[in-house]
Amino acid sequence: MTGVYLQLGYIDLAIASVLLLLAGGLSVAMNLGLEKSLGIAALRTAVQLTIIGMVLKILFALVSPWWTGLAALVMVMLAGYEVTARQTLKLKGGWGYSIATTSMIVAGGIVTILALTTAVRPEPWYDPRFALPLLGMMLGNTLTGVSVGMERLNATLKREKIAIEARLALGHTRRDAFRPYVREAMRAGLMPIINAMSAAGIISLPGMMTGQILAGVDPTEAVKYQILIMFLIAGTTSIGALMAVLATARRLSDERDRLRLDRLKDGAR
Amino acid sequence: MLCVRQLKRLSLGPIDLDLQAGDIAALTGPSGAGKSLLLRAIADLDPNDGKLTLHNQARTDMDAPAWRKRVMYVPAHAGWWADTVEPHFEGLSRSTVKDTLHQVGLESTALGWQVQNLSTGERQRLALVRAVAHKPDVLLLDEPTSGLDPDNVARAEKLITACAADGLGIVFVTHDLDQAERLGNRHLNLTDGRLAEVSA
Repeated sequence: MTGVYLQLGYIDLAIASVLLLLAGGLSVAMNLGLEKSLGIAALRTAVQLTIIGMVLKILFALVSPWWTGLAALVMVMLAGYEVTARQTLKLKGGWGYSIATTSMIVAGGIVTILALTTAVRPEPWYDPRFALPLLGMMLGNTLTGVSVGMERLNATLKREKIAIEARLALGHTRRDAFRPYVREAMRAGLMPIINAMSAAGIISLPGMMTGQILAGVDPTEAVKYQILIMFLIAGTTSIGALMAVLATARRLSDERDRLRLDRLKDGAR
Repeated sequence: MLCVRQLKRLSLGPIDLDLQAGDIAALTGPSGAGKSLLLRAIADLDPNDGKLTLHNQARTDMDAPAWRKRVMYVPAHAGWWADTVEPHFEGLSRSTVKDTLHQVGLESTALGWQVQNLSTGERQRLALVRAVAHKPDVLLLDEPTSGLDPDNVARAEKLITACAADGLGIVFVTHDLDQAERLGNRHLNLTDGRLAEVSA
């Protein structure tokens, strides 16, 4: 590290929490009824992050491939849950969760391991100080791509049922009949990362880079890391979304080239 | 030609049916009896069980697209996947398409039309032409003339008759008993999931 790292004290956090009290006060004064949710959310942030801070501290001290792997698995499984949690249409029988989780394990795993062994190269390569934050950033973004891609495909296939079945009835394969909608779902899934890369530095200063700069890292070094991360995220999101969309397309058709919307259910909880 | 044995799917069957070249079988029955489901099952568009053969070749020995090119289902409401009419006729013989369009009273300029501007009757006739131009062995027509005026009903019926004369086997769903009598040389009835031949 080249710059000065300014350590935060609990007093500093307490001062920041005054802003929260202000927001709560506004909610009461304007009768918005948000003070309770606001309080609970703020408490969750504090508790969750404190716990993860302690967990990371222990994991970083252990530097064990097994504990690191276990932490990674838990992260992926939670990400899989998040993908399907808010889908309005989802695959029956846990298929949505399985497809999302598998896609993210494969995509996140490939890219994280590739980055650790070629670009970042910590010693050992599975050092949790590098592996877990990297994987976390991959998953946070891939989750959006996978979720949007699957949701879009489910919705489009349902909406375009008549057009798709017209093609199938004329002897087109499921591959041909689904192609435009698979393409549309992929576009939707990749749009957020393309936007993020286009806006990076002009409209937004990415959070990781900002964090590094605040922690005293030289901005030009922080930028290099951020570019690496952006590329890794784009790679992971593409692989993950493609896998998830293609697997969903397969699940919503069968070996006799039929459209199987009966494998879809309303998912609004 | 087309032989259906023990065809079953949810709330339907078991159904046996033999269709010969030149047959035009009218399929009638109350609404909700499963007429469309039966035609879809024969075309293998929904999961179903049964032994089906075409010219003694088992359906299970053909991949599904190949089967559907020969045993072609035309739904009551046709689907369109492109903005203009022409892409829906891709890969078909231009002269066949033109001839067939003429037979249902349409010019080949219809290929340049926008799908969203088509009337119900135009959609229905174009969908019939699209299927016929594929030259299948069997046509499964779901209410092929329901949206047509009397002139166009007559044209569509003439086209269907001509197809049968060329050796196609045809099943068509209708609620019009006069049409069943006029167009069909056989009459099938589907009630409560059971298919029966109605004797003239």
